[in-house]
Amino acid sequence: MAEPDALIQTVHDIVQRHGGMPTRLLQILREAQDSLTWLSPETLDAVAGKLGVSPDKVRSVAEFYSFLYTAPRGSYDILFSDNITDRMLGNRELLHALCDRLGVGIGETRADGVVTVGTTSCTGMCDQGPAALVNGYALTRLDPPRLDRIVELVNGQIPLTQWPREFFEVVSNIRRADILLGRHFADGAALRAVLKRGPEAILEELVKSGLRGQGGAGFRSGAKWVSCRNAPGEVKYVVCNADEGEPGTFKDRVLMQDFADLVFEGMTLCGRVIGARQGFVYLRGEYRYLLDALKATLQRRREAGLLGAAILGDPTFNFDIDIHLGAGAYVCGEESALIESLEGKHGVPRIRPPFPTTHGYLNQPTVVNNVETFATAAKIAVEGGAWFANRGTAESKGTKLLSLSGDCKRPGIYEYPFGVTVRRVLDDCGARDAQGIQMAGPAGHMISAKQFDRRICFEDLATGGSFMVFDQSRDILDGIRNFTHFFVHESCGFCTPCRVGTSLMRDLVTKVHTGHGTRYDLEEMRKLGRIMRVACHCGLGQTAPNPVLDSLDQFPESWERRLRSTAFEPAFDLDAALEQARQLTGRSDPGAYLREEELMLGTMP
Amino acid sequence: MSEEQSFTLDGRRVPFQAGQTIMAAALAAGVYIPHLCFNREFAPHGSCRVCLVGVNGRMQAACTTPAAAGQTVESETGEIREIRRGILQMLFVEGNHVCPACEKSGACQLQAVAYYVGMLAPHYTHFYPRRPVDASHPEAVIDFNRCILCELCVRASRDVDGKNVFAVQGRGIEAHLVVNTPSGKLGATDFSIHDKAAQVCPTGAILTKHRGYEIPIGQRLYDRKPISVVGDVATLSESKGGRRHD
Repeated sequence: MAEPDALIQTVHDIVQRHGGMPTRLLQILREAQDSLTWLSPETLDAVAGKLGVSPDKVRSVAEFYSFLYTAPRGSYDILFSDNITDRMLGNRELLHALCDRLGVGIGETRADGVVTVGTTSCTGMCDQGPAALVNGYALTRLDPPRLDRIVELVNGQIPLTQWPREFFEVVSNIRRADILLGRHFADGAALRAVLKRGPEAILEELVKSGLRGQGGAGFRSGAKWVSCRNAPGEVKYVVCNADEGEPGTFKDRVLMQDFADLVFEGMTLCGRVIGARQGFVYLRGEYRYLLDALKATLQRRREAGLLGAAILGDPTFNFDIDIHLGAGAYVCGEESALIESLEGKHGVPRIRPPFPTTHGYLNQPTVVNNVETFATAAKIAVEGGAWFANRGTAESKGTKLLSLSGDCKRPGIYEYPFGVTVRRVLDDCGARDAQGIQMAGPAGHMISAKQFDRRICFEDLATGGSFMVFDQSRDILDGIRNFTHFFVHESCGFCTPCRVGTSLMRDLVTKVHTGHGTRYDLEEMRKLGRIMRVACHCGLGQTAPNPVLDSLDQFPESWERRLRSTAFEPAFDLDAALEQARQLTGRSDPGAYLREEELMLGTMP
Repeated sequence: MSEEQSFTLDGRRVPFQAGQTIMAAALAAGVYIPHLCFNREFAPHGSCRVCLVGVNGRMQAACTTPAAAGQTVESETGEIREIRRGILQMLFVEGNHVCPACEKSGACQLQAVAYYVGMLAPHYTHFYPRRPVDASHPEAVIDFNRCILCELCVRASRDVDGKNVFAVQGRGIEAHLVVNTPSGKLGATDFSIHDKAAQVCPTGAILTKHRGYEIPIGQRLYDRKPISVVGDVATLSESKGGRRHD
């Protein structure tokens, strides 16, 4: 550990670099951890002191985010992505093999402090998994040879900069392009359009286009921008939600990697239209590998007169963009939690109303849009609303990016006009033998083969883009159980039904999945799910029971074949409960065990 | 001439003033909506979700939802009672709430609301968390087993007492109440039983030391009348069996 003076100096420098602003707290903690490997009480106190905020505030932020550590961590921190798609690709075997080879338990730090191995929620590499993070940087396409090499690199304590570059290679896998990904866009074209035609004309095009929030919620973007533009307030903000945490989604990663100019252009356009001078990209921590390239792109745009002061030579057009890195919290994809996080706090969703368009970042009017929405808006500004509205369905105009993963030959990014059928998508990606799709991620909907003629659009199957395929060889319940664990891990803990309900649901699902459940437990899941759907504070808790409820309807046989024939089974194992007594008394004779048949017959020994 | 605005709550007309929540308007009109994290002296929090009501058919927390003219609000329906009961049951299994062994029994808002919504058993599997008791303070003891994370003590200490003694840390099911000192002990703070924070707990998590069972079981706050008639323990004076120090 650093000497006290060195620690104080390190924290001092980091806080200085962030202008001593409490809104940068999360960024400051991330950087402090990068330097010091973990956030010791001394570090947290130093940060609190330098920033002039109370130590408990700093601690609550440090305790909230998965990637911030308040206990010592290995110099190599390896986290396996544990989405169901990673599991389909064999990540558990790799995880166990790596732990064996390194001599460390899952979730533990090796005694020499060199390495920690654990798991994390989906890292957005589902089309090139099994994936992991090492010290926050994405590792893709893990396989036994790569693992062998990683063991050597870790044990040899080789710096990450000297690890093979191909371990960190992230490919885009764009399989189908339409108007967003397929057409050339000249940098600055949307900004020239808004300067030439004026913000009102651009807003009109946006309204005419029918564009809706591409994160999945589907709020009309034109209406959002109008509302923010009209909201009283001198200072306004533009926020790009790049916290792509929904398991199975990775289209925003591809946009930020290959189309960052288009996204930044959409944000700058929005800034001009609503009258904002500052924008933020909230980039999920898992995509940290993109940070340097994105900063370079921003700098290039400043130099090209497309960002910063006097954009395109117009002294009244000033707009700049900061990138804010998340730290492992799915709930921050909810726009008000994201704003809290941007302000340097822990990410608990706000009470709404008021909405961000009037009370957003620092309580000022703010537009929060998804990455894809900004990219699309930039194109609409150039090509016109009618051009976009030409595609799609009555209520879902234009196109949608889908992230395909799971059991298909060609996982990757597919851009389709809204209204495409599930069957068409399955044909295109080479999924011959699908029994079900988890649509829009665990928070979305699970559909069975009977529903493959349904259409992807807001009128039917709304989606943010996640599309995970399960073929006939899969046990649907493996996926459901994985999703219930995900929600337990990602619940922020603020409201009762989500904080407690997600754990209760996980335990019920586990009970049935391990062959200890009865019909009564299925009914219990339904009841619990109904409560969570209506009672939770935000969308996370309200959607958390979806996979369970959907699969009970769509795949009843997957549940029923696990059931016991009894009417009721206790949640605890009577015989296991006797184990401690057997050990204490040293008994191992048959009379010291409870056999199930005897219990059922009521003939306890 | 401004016409008085109103909404209907279970068929009854409830007037409200601009800016009032459904909860505030209902309270002013003498209609009880069960709640735990809500206390009229503090800004609404909306975390316990017990005050859930149907607003034009959609479930919302009464404490955070602005009243609007013509709203149709449902509270005492079978469906809503069942949801509230479920939420109470969740709180009971999340912590360790052993009513027969708790000094607060009979004058406990959590217990009283549980009875009010018809909860007779915890139903779900108990989590049995291991949580320590903090008896380091000369005047008060904190039993974290009974904390339901309503954050009333957090808010009272920060906003009224100006002491910032408490905070909630951790995420999800790991969220827990902490005392803001390096040792985490209440004894190391300037907390006093005369603080507002000592009077707002809706459970037996914060108890006064050196006093106990002064009012016999059977004569306690909620022993004879339900909470909908008696009111919240935090809003009643000690002489009436409440928590408020006179």
